[in-house]
Amino acid sequence: MSRTRYTRRLPAAAIAAGLVLALAACGGSDSTSADGAAPSAATDQLNPNADLTKQSLDITIWDGYSPKDLPQRVKSKLGFDVKIAIHDTNEAAMARVATNTDSGIDVAFVSGQYAQALNEQGLLEPLHPELIPNLANLYPEASQLSFDKGNKFSVPYTWGTTGICYRTDLVKAPPTSWNDILTPPDDLKGKVTMMTTERWLALPALKALNYSINTTDDKQLAQVKESLLKAKQWGMLYDDTTFGAKLEKGEAAMVEAWDGWCPTTNPKIKFMVPKEGSDLWSDTMVIMKTSKNKEAAHAFINFILDPAVHSWVAENILYKVPNKAAMDLVAQNDKELLEKNAPLKMTPAELLKGESIIDLGEASAKYTRLATEISAQQ
Amino acid sequence: MAGPSTGRPSRRSRALRPLAARLVFLGPGLGFLIVFLLVPLALMMSYTIFRRGRFGGVVYEATAENFGRLFDPLYFDIVLSSVRTAAVTTLIALLVGYPTAYVIARLPRRWKTIALIAVVLPFWTNFLIRVYAWVILLSGPGLVNETLTGVGLIDKPIQFLYNEGTIVTGLLYSYLPLMILPLYAAIERLDPQLREASANLGARPARTFASVTLPLTVPGVLTGCVFVFVPCLGNFVIPEILGGGRSIMAGNLIRDQFLKARDWPFGSTLALAVIAVLIVLLFLQAWASRAYGGTEGRRA
Amino acid sequence: MPRGRLIYVPFWATYVFLYTPIIVLVVMSFNAGKSPYVYEGFSLKWYAELAGDDTVRNGLVNTLIVAAGATVLSTVLGTLLAVGMARHSRSRLLDALGLLPAVLPDLVVGLGLLVFYATIKMTLGLHSVILAHTVFGMAFVAAVVRTRLTHADTSLEEASRDLGASPLATFTRITLPTLAPGIAAGALLAFTLSLDEFVIAFFTAAPTEPTLPIVIYSMVRFGVTPEINALATILLAVSFTVIIVAQRMTRLTETLT
Repeated sequence: MSRTRYTRRLPAAAIAAGLVLALAACGGSDSTSADGAAPSAATDQLNPNADLTKQSLDITIWDGYSPKDLPQRVKSKLGFDVKIAIHDTNEAAMARVATNTDSGIDVAFVSGQYAQALNEQGLLEPLHPELIPNLANLYPEASQLSFDKGNKFSVPYTWGTTGICYRTDLVKAPPTSWNDILTPPDDLKGKVTMMTTERWLALPALKALNYSINTTDDKQLAQVKESLLKAKQWGMLYDDTTFGAKLEKGEAAMVEAWDGWCPTTNPKIKFMVPKEGSDLWSDTMVIMKTSKNKEAAHAFINFILDPAVHSWVAENILYKVPNKAAMDLVAQNDKELLEKNAPLKMTPAELLKGESIIDLGEASAKYTRLATEISAQQ
Repeated sequence: MAGPSTGRPSRRSRALRPLAARLVFLGPGLGFLIVFLLVPLALMMSYTIFRRGRFGGVVYEATAENFGRLFDPLYFDIVLSSVRTAAVTTLIALLVGYPTAYVIARLPRRWKTIALIAVVLPFWTNFLIRVYAWVILLSGPGLVNETLTGVGLIDKPIQFLYNEGTIVTGLLYSYLPLMILPLYAAIERLDPQLREASANLGARPARTFASVTLPLTVPGVLTGCVFVFVPCLGNFVIPEILGGGRSIMAGNLIRDQFLKARDWPFGSTLALAVIAVLIVLLFLQAWASRAYGGTEGRRA
Repeated sequence: MPRGRLIYVPFWATYVFLYTPIIVLVVMSFNAGKSPYVYEGFSLKWYAELAGDDTVRNGLVNTLIVAAGATVLSTVLGTLLAVGMARHSRSRLLDALGLLPAVLPDLVVGLGLLVFYATIKMTLGLHSVILAHTVFGMAFVAAVVRTRLTHADTSLEEASRDLGASPLATFTRITLPTLAPGIAAGALLAFTLSLDEFVIAFFTAAPTEPTLPIVIYSMVRFGVTPEINALATILLAVSFTVIIVAQRMTRLTETLT
């Protein structure tokens, strides 16, 4: 009996083993070719005269964060195809490019501290400034961002700060402090949202307690946790993506928001930076080391930094760009836009007063745990 | 969804089938399942004994710390509370689904078909849109609040969304058909003569139900419970959309270990823990089916 | 039947529960206003907007490619497996393995494949989703075909074998034609399951090639455009048609066989 059973299973096992081997072989050859190509390309071996029309780019970016016709414009100007993937959060983007799978992504748009983490993992291509002459358009302050001084592996695409976005007709007194979000008056409870992305979840409480937003001190984080748990108990809601729409519909009255996502075009909606101060965030463009289209990637970043392209961001989604030439163009084209949207008028010097969020390495697990603790609380 | 009834091939044992035949028929499918199901599961299992690297890779030194972390109250409570949420959903599905299936099974043939299709139809639209529909229904200015204020039951919109109740509603909405179908199959198979006999012997309907109908449909009940419980436990979309970011279930926790914390070893350990719970459940189900349903149990 | 009318309460409650959200979706898809909550009059503008939405169209095309590919693979592999399991094996372990993908939570299957693809460094794309969907599609095809097999009359097959036909000839001449309706039903099931599958696709799709459910997920996450309602209505109409057609077809095959 045992012998027949054995023989009966043998063929299946043999086939399976064969399939595994064949598959592993395919995978293996794939990876060696990638590994073989990457290091040589990584060490300053880009060809400035490469035929870009033979390349193509896959980029990952937030929804609505670039002009809809960007691929067509790149195609007609630079001659290569651009395919756009959408991510809804930094974490989703990281999951794409940092999971060891070759996602095929060439250029990723992620916030500064995530770019830093990617770089420390050795996943980013060091930038070749000679291929990005438009870097000269940037404000000098744009190379002083603490996650990447000197723009070695990232180019800032937008920058700004985090504050409180609110409906002037729904709040009785305009907010002045982070405590207004953490402990709002009773009539606003259920109409206040905070962000859930770990570092921005902790930010209001950290700043209200006058701590650094990059703290790794356990005692300080314990206080932050207590403050956030209290906020959850009275009914804080969490929203990273749709708080602007909720404000416009009146479902929310006061939210923690990035300046550019606060729909200040609506006359009833205002943005303010609490008196305790806030952060300086920057969303950046990075080139993946696995990219097989690095010349095109550099050309793409250079194209974005063209004032005529980069100004789109400020004019359409109301984010400040760290591009002096582009901001000057906006001021020239549409003075009224700047008048109506106060956050757009913040100067680089004012922005630099905010504290830059940097990657905390091992200690970032503390923030992950904090976020889990807050969401696990019933 | 119903499993295949394993008919014993009759007189099939006379000779060993030629090796080639088995190779041709079983080889491809089995090979595929091994490569794309068993190998991935084995890989996940092997990760459970390793450690997360500083930036999210895997450090290949053996450790038992992931299993220790399972009992960290933080994670343990999340898993426990999602087991509770899944159980509550399953219970409600059973309480609503049983009478529904019972009525359907007793409908005239033509209506039966229509009623059954009507149960399955919502299941065939996109799952995410179905969940999203509840946001529209339950939100502040949504239909439910409008109706309630309209008839004067309440004077201010109630915040229905974003609590455990909404999550249970969403889960129930998504998986109720998976309860009704096996229940229907079980009830439909009942021999009506049994109930008639019971009634003729003077048993009241309630008693007939309790002593005849219910015990005979236990296998269907168990199948339905497993069908609802399993996807509830692994769900991460419904807590996200209907929970307002205020709740987290085992599914979210596991997903986040892979995508947010980039801690594959611990994520794999959590996933394994969930599978362990499910295996225990399946064994319980098989055991109870056999105990109650006799031969019928094999079909569940 | 219990005499109480009480039992009809949960019955009707079930249908009200199942259909209220769907009716709301359909009605709101014709809403002239922008609010997803308040009906402001009839309009088809969200359908027009949907028709012009490249992301949705791209997602739909990807979904159809994936579903078609996965269906073909699932049908071939699942049918062979079902015949193999029913006619050439008595292993209960094998039975269990064949059902495993249908029982495991999709989250586990998806994550397992994510880990697997990462380990063998496979580039993600539509092919990675097709393979992933085949894992469960095959299990369902095998289950459906096996049910048909066990009900099928085996005497013809035996006669064929006794007359000296090879197993392969027996399979193609006798078994396959008998199984045709089961195979068709299995294929239809695999196709529809793949169309709507989100979780596994979420973990195995390339970022630039999202399937429709992934596109819908990001639409839902970013909130609340009435375009989603229009999309839901169309999907509903399509599945409704498919179900009716399938119902007619099975009735046809039933009368034919």
